[in-house]
Amino acid sequence: MANEETVFFSRILTELTLSFHIIYATIGVGIPLMIMIAQWVGIKKQDKHYILLARRWARGFVITVAVGVVTGTAIGLQLSLLWPNFMELAGNVIALPLFLETFAFFFEAIFLGIYLYTWDRFEDQRKHLMLLIPVALGASFSAVFITMVNAFMNSPQGFDIVNGQLTNINPIVAVFNPSMPTKVSHVLITAYMTCAFVLASIGAIRLIKGSKHVYHKKALFLTLKLGLLFSIVTAILGDFSGKYLAEYQPEKLAAAEWHFETQEGAPLLFYGVLENGQVKYAITIPYALSILAHLKPNAEVIGLDQFPNDEEPPLYIHYLFDIMVTIGMLMVFIAFIYCIGTWRKWRFVLSNWFKWIIVLGGPLSILAIEAGWWLDEVGRQPWILRGIMKTKDAATTNTHVDTMLILFAGLYLILGIGSIVVLTRMFRKNTVEQELADHGLEKAGDSL
Amino acid sequence: MTLEIIGISVLWLFLFGYVIVASIDFGAGFFNAYSTLRGKQNILTKVIQRYLSPVWEVTNVFLVFFFVGIVGFFPKTAYYYGTTLLVPISLGIILLAIRGAYYAFTTYGGLKSKKYIYLYGLTGLIIPASLSIVLTISEGGFVTMEEYGPNLHYWTLFTSPLTWSIVFLSLTAVLYISSVFLTWYANQAKDETATNLMRIYALCWAAPLILTAVGIIVELRSHNPEHYRQLMDLWWLFGLSFVLFAGTVYFIWKRKSYGIAVGLLISQFLLAFFAYGISHFPYLLYPFLTIYDGFTNKAMAISLIIAFIAGLLLLIPSLILLLRLFLFNKNYVEGKKVDNA
Repeated sequence: MANEETVFFSRILTELTLSFHIIYATIGVGIPLMIMIAQWVGIKKQDKHYILLARRWARGFVITVAVGVVTGTAIGLQLSLLWPNFMELAGNVIALPLFLETFAFFFEAIFLGIYLYTWDRFEDQRKHLMLLIPVALGASFSAVFITMVNAFMNSPQGFDIVNGQLTNINPIVAVFNPSMPTKVSHVLITAYMTCAFVLASIGAIRLIKGSKHVYHKKALFLTLKLGLLFSIVTAILGDFSGKYLAEYQPEKLAAAEWHFETQEGAPLLFYGVLENGQVKYAITIPYALSILAHLKPNAEVIGLDQFPNDEEPPLYIHYLFDIMVTIGMLMVFIAFIYCIGTWRKWRFVLSNWFKWIIVLGGPLSILAIEAGWWLDEVGRQPWILRGIMKTKDAATTNTHVDTMLILFAGLYLILGIGSIVVLTRMFRKNTVEQELADHGLEKAGDSL
Repeated sequence: MTLEIIGISVLWLFLFGYVIVASIDFGAGFFNAYSTLRGKQNILTKVIQRYLSPVWEVTNVFLVFFFVGIVGFFPKTAYYYGTTLLVPISLGIILLAIRGAYYAFTTYGGLKSKKYIYLYGLTGLIIPASLSIVLTISEGGFVTMEEYGPNLHYWTLFTSPLTWSIVFLSLTAVLYISSVFLTWYANQAKDETATNLMRIYALCWAAPLILTAVGIIVELRSHNPEHYRQLMDLWWLFGLSFVLFAGTVYFIWKRKSYGIAVGLLISQFLLAFFAYGISHFPYLLYPFLTIYDGFTNKAMAISLIIAFIAGLLLLIPSLILLLRLFLFNKNYVEGKKVDNA
């Protein structure tokens, strides 16, 4: 039967939807926190620049949220449409966080509507800031709940299968599965990190384009400080993720690291290419993989030799791992240099070439998010539910998936272009200088 | 009351919520486009925008809640409906996505062009039509079980009079619900021209609504006699619903108590929607799936119900706050205060 083709197109469509959705979802999770911090700083320092910063971010945020909401609806339904067998099982065991996610989302949606339409309604601005707390909480908890479901796919537990029947189902045990803590914290913190760098990138562009306004300098400094904080936390969490993988999903770590033979004192491979099963041009750090996996230089790390061939993840995930880690480290470095440089008054951090690096940091962070999710999803193959159900057995039998793939690709193109056009127009037409003049705010704090 | 009944009642209630709030949204888009076409744009646009802006995102959540909830409470629906509904639901999602995103683009992003108004209006009719197909399929006769799984017969579906009568009902219901609601809202906003215009629309769509509703009952008689029989057993609920309908039309006609008219309208649809739902019992999909064999395990059911109650305790106060700030706030409704970001 043509089922192989259906599986293939279902995978492509899911991958496309997730890759597109995750950009807007990540922004949707992180930006409310950034707005909250800016508004809070503004109220505390009585500096209208930060308030305006929060207000302008909020305006842009609505556009990305709209795309996030509609593509989130799409992936939510596509799970059932494309992977009905998986969702039948998932519905029985892991439906709880999925269900809770809709509440978090509901909560966020209600308060976002209120927040946006009550900017000048309150005498006391702190009241308005309070309305943002449920938005930020709702956004972050949406991510927490959805990531719990993804964690379950990587380390399923909380049920038994006896003669093909599900028994002993415990929804709470299913939620608190082994990969949940590392995965949830990693997703949350990288979302905050990415948003900080994306916003920094926007501020840097404005400064390169010739604006000398202190507003942008404040924006840049604030976002890069936050970016530094979150990228350092991300690096620490990455280490925990390595330890989790070594314990519960050794085949994913082994494939990502091209670690073929089980051995003690395993080295860590960076970069390199694979030619006819031979690793070439890689940077080898002795004992580092053992340390990453078990914190001991001589610990044994399980290699791919322990797994049957048809249960090995694709080896190209090593490149995804490299992209993710490289960008993560690079961002720590850039933010660190900028913060130290600003403090020590190094001149080159104010130069245009350094700002261009900061500009690049935004798109690079998003690329790292994409690489991370591809690594997670492809690294779980051939399983959709690790050890329980293979991806090829979960897919729909409907033969129209290819046509839907084309339609959805068109949709994402329209939404992608539309959101970029709208966002650039919105801010180009209404510049900061203009808006500050309108509000009579030119005299707000002029220093950083 | 069994867990199955609690589960389906909760879901049905949320679907009802979606039907009402989405109908207002879909219809508003259509009336806005129609009056733009007729050169009366400025009469409705302001009123409609003021209502839609703070609540559009909430509308979508009702739908998400329903489909996530149904997979949670009745996981087998993922298998039956997931496999068969790929095409109609995908089309629905794509239209909803374009509509939702471009609403935000035009409202917040300053994208101004008449073509988006028409796009918004047109999708407001196509989306309910495409989503209503799910109800048609649930009546049975369009899905067969093959060895590889359930299979939907598109041609049978497309040529069935039942399909089209349900599509027509979804359209008349959208336009009627929306016009009655907006009559009240425009009146609240003290916008007399808009009130008068919406009042005419409401009166225009009252008779078609009843006609199409009766049409479905006639179609069901031959298509699904079992469902028809159960429907007839509940005739008194439909009768009561009709009385409420007559009340709404009376108040709209007499130009008074628009608030009561909206209350009657919602009660009318609530009664009819639940009467239809009860008569569908116990089937989720004739004749393959009932709420009993499709139900989840007890542990999951209980945890979902607890989550639901906890969630409601959080949501209801928030929803009340939203309504008080925008729907029942005089200054906002009348457009005296604009505090948007």
